[in-house]
Amino acid sequence: MRHIISILLENESGALSRVSGLFSARGYNIETLTVAPTEDSSLSRLTIVTSGSDEVIEQITKQLNKLIDVIKVVDLSEAAHIERELMLIKVRASGKDREEIKRMADIFRGRIIDVTETTYVIELTGSGSKLDSFIDAIDKDMILETVRTGVSGIGRGDRILRV
Amino acid sequence: MTMMTGAEIVIRCLQEEKVEYVFGYPGGSVLHIYDELFKQDKVKHILVRHEQAAVHAADALARSTHKVGVALVTSGPGATNAVTGIATAYMDSIPLVVISGQVPTHYIGQDAFQESDTIGITRPCVKHNFLVKDVRDIAMTLKKAFYIANSGRPGPVVVDVPKDITADRCEFEYPQEVRMRSYNPVVKGHQGQIRKAVQLLLGAERPMIYTGGGVILSNASEQLTTLTRRLGFPITNTLMGLGGYPATDPQFLGMPGMHGTVEANLAMQNCDVLLAIGARFDDRVIGDPVNFASVPRKIIHIDIDPSSISKRVRVDVPIVGQVKEVLEEMLKLLDAEKGKPDVADWWAEIEGWRAKQCMKYKLKKDVIMPQFVIEKLWEITGGNAIVTTDVGQHQMWAAQYYKFDKPRRWLTSGGLGTMGVGLPYAMGAALANPDSQVACITGDGSIQMCIQELSTAKQFGLPIKILNLNNRYLGMVRQWQEMFYSSRYSQTYMDSIPDFVKLAEAYGHVGIRVERPEDVEGALKRAFVDHKDDLVFLDILTDQGANVFPMVAAGKGLSEMILADEEL
Repeated sequence: MRHIISILLENESGALSRVSGLFSARGYNIETLTVAPTEDSSLSRLTIVTSGSDEVIEQITKQLNKLIDVIKVVDLSEAAHIERELMLIKVRASGKDREEIKRMADIFRGRIIDVTETTYVIELTGSGSKLDSFIDAIDKDMILETVRTGVSGIGRGDRILRV
Repeated sequence: MTMMTGAEIVIRCLQEEKVEYVFGYPGGSVLHIYDELFKQDKVKHILVRHEQAAVHAADALARSTHKVGVALVTSGPGATNAVTGIATAYMDSIPLVVISGQVPTHYIGQDAFQESDTIGITRPCVKHNFLVKDVRDIAMTLKKAFYIANSGRPGPVVVDVPKDITADRCEFEYPQEVRMRSYNPVVKGHQGQIRKAVQLLLGAERPMIYTGGGVILSNASEQLTTLTRRLGFPITNTLMGLGGYPATDPQFLGMPGMHGTVEANLAMQNCDVLLAIGARFDDRVIGDPVNFASVPRKIIHIDIDPSSISKRVRVDVPIVGQVKEVLEEMLKLLDAEKGKPDVADWWAEIEGWRAKQCMKYKLKKDVIMPQFVIEKLWEITGGNAIVTTDVGQHQMWAAQYYKFDKPRRWLTSGGLGTMGVGLPYAMGAALANPDSQVACITGDGSIQMCIQELSTAKQFGLPIKILNLNNRYLGMVRQWQEMFYSSRYSQTYMDSIPDFVKLAEAYGHVGIRVERPEDVEGALKRAFVDHKDDLVFLDILTDQGANVFPMVAAGKGLSEMILADEEL
């Protein structure tokens, strides 16, 4: 099962490697990991997408809580939540393909943010699976480069993760 | 307030924490700190011969006293040599503060002389670590280090201090308290869960109590003993938990696990309610978790660390809290109850297993049996010695045949299984417990892994008694090769073993060789009585073919024990 785990941790040097080191040392899988400081610069918010059985996910949250720099851990996927990921994708766009790519970007509500005679850079935001769908929808040969941020997530409504 | 250098602050912090002994080895990056050590006499420094031993000795001080052990090493190789010691303490949850020197801050990352990424290298084997980047942070960091090391589930904390920081100056004030928003270990257990556990125990027909190092770390032996006697249940202590319950008591079934007794293992396997206290269902204790879980039983698990619960075996009643606090709560609830559960039938079954006498061994006329040496040691020391071991067959025999009635007398590397700890453990124990007899049970393989510490022991006059069970083999590996590799003894025979008697004498100690069974008792008396104040190295030539039994092979279940020869 895929889980989105959100972590509040001290914004200290080395804190990120404690988290990533824990995953590699115990053989847990990381699909994506994003991290940045919050409105309180002493805090970082980290989102990890991982997968595993219920037992594994339980161990992951317990082991994360054990890290001294970790303040709070929540499994967002346990309840209603929103996830977003940003992708920048550079595609070959010449001749009749230019129109086709533009139309596809529109369908996925992407924006073209860089244009040359032969290429476009498209900015696309959405859930991880939406970005996957976009990649699937366009011709593989046209993709020159993709860069994805990994998933950020937040709980819906009253579910708040703060100190 | 007066201005102080970082080095002065480090020493002042140790004084404030009432640290009596620091185990260490000087070097370039810690010169300022060593200079400040020289100028005072409150904190005593024990100069080891290798940094690994410094950490082991500090670890032994912690194991035998409940205080935080402190080690001081230089940057680079000093820190990397300390890693084995740190990992050993981490696996057994021993509170340590290890201060390592680091190259000056502006050199970090430049591949400077004796630079290593100590924080990165030690990260997976510490409870936490700190790199101090400002002299004003030293006091608070050390305060936090001591607090983290000895609260919650204890563990080692590394504080890495660059050399320039130890020369910088600032005002010093030692913080009176420390609060961390990200670290608040639980102490009290959940009342409802404790009540549920007590009801389950009272309704049990085939109960079993299984306890580990958590009982020792939490100083809860008294509560455990009261509870066990109040309930009248059988009990087993793991390798880490020995001494948690008196081993000479009839309710004690011996150690469980790979080299556990038949009665302990079968009671673990066949009980209907298992009360696990400060133990973690380690692979050496329960064997194959699938086999273990194949029997229906209710499990209650008390542990300070939530991540230990339902990690290898799913439990029914988890209780997160300090063992001592939880047991006190349980005893209070039991006070309100009358009578004991009737477990007479269960005891009859257990006595049947006990009657197999799985620990019996055959004495030989001309060759010393290692088990016999341990039994004699127990007799001569009245069961009161602090016993340290290395790792291997001798460690298992010591655990099986030295009956520990009190906690903190048994110092062994359980989790990491570190050969070489025995002698430095004995040093730490001897310094911290000057009124106790200290025996180091070791083997001809293990003792050579930290043999250089004979020199430290001489310098500080430590009257350790070393019992070298010398079988001219790496015995435990040889045993596995005999049993599982058709006796292909790959690299387990040492054909160039030193003359340990001469070696001990060369270091200035007393060396005695013991070759015949009838000489064992006399030699032990010479060591413990005639040479009470000396370090005595007893090189005891033991049976080369002796194996540790019972045995549960790796990956097998507890009911699949291999026993010693049937002809017994």
